[in-house]
Amino acid sequence: MSLRSPLGRVRGLGSAKSGAHHWLHQRLTAVAIVPLSLWFVNAILTHMHDDHAEIVDWIGSPLVAALLIALIVAVFYHAKLGLQVVIEDYFHGELAKVVLLVAMKLGLAFGALLGVVAVLKISFGSA
Amino acid sequence: MWGGGTSLEQFLTANDTPMANNPLSPHLQVYRPQLTSILSITHRITGVFLALGTVMILYWLVAAASGPAAYAEAQRCLGALPTQVVLFGWTFAFFYHLANGIRHLLWDTGWGFDLDTAYKTGYAAIAAAIVLTLLTWACVLAQGGQA
Repeated sequence: MSLRSPLGRVRGLGSAKSGAHHWLHQRLTAVAIVPLSLWFVNAILTHMHDDHAEIVDWIGSPLVAALLIALIVAVFYHAKLGLQVVIEDYFHGELAKVVLLVAMKLGLAFGALLGVVAVLKISFGSA
Repeated sequence: MWGGGTSLEQFLTANDTPMANNPLSPHLQVYRPQLTSILSITHRITGVFLALGTVMILYWLVAAASGPAAYAEAQRCLGALPTQVVLFGWTFAFFYHLANGIRHLLWDTGWGFDLDTAYKTGYAAIAAAIVLTLLTWACVLAQGGQA
């Protein structure tokens, strides 16, 4: 028989095992994404008919490249935090949950990397 | 009540306890949906849809980094009608998630939890999403179509 109280044994055994930093990071990325995404939508409307030379020239500006990279990092991290909660809530089998979580996190990390590399390649003038 | 060597699991799963077979809330089979709960699940659904749609933005960026031929091909693909329909839905999902996300941030400050305000901000989020989506696509059409 365990000497621990029922509350002590249950603590930390929720679906996520932790919480405060996840909550805070979700809010911080959300606050960053509000102005960045509105800037991006406006930029797309301005540049959607640009040809390749014009779009490369636009992304070649350091400010634009930095804003795009900030948006990519914030969006993919925010997506990771959000999808993590969705998977934890709706997949109850431990194996399926862990496999999906790992695949989602690695996939989004690679997506963010791909976007950042593309922006850097353009902004360093080799596209 | 947990004395005598009865573990918590045994207590919770024992058939003679009133808690044993109770369904967990929300009781979806008998649950009457309201605006607030519908908006809440819509926030999740649009979030998942937006995450999937980031593939289109990555494709656009990678094509721009790959040269003029790849970029022209990407513009043709993204400008095709089926993609434009998906992009229209994605635009609505974006503005809804943005507006309702701001509603969430306001709740985080402790504001807007009373039922009357929660309904008003809920309707405001829907209205903002519809208006901003239509405004954005009016800009697209004004430039001769094709986002």
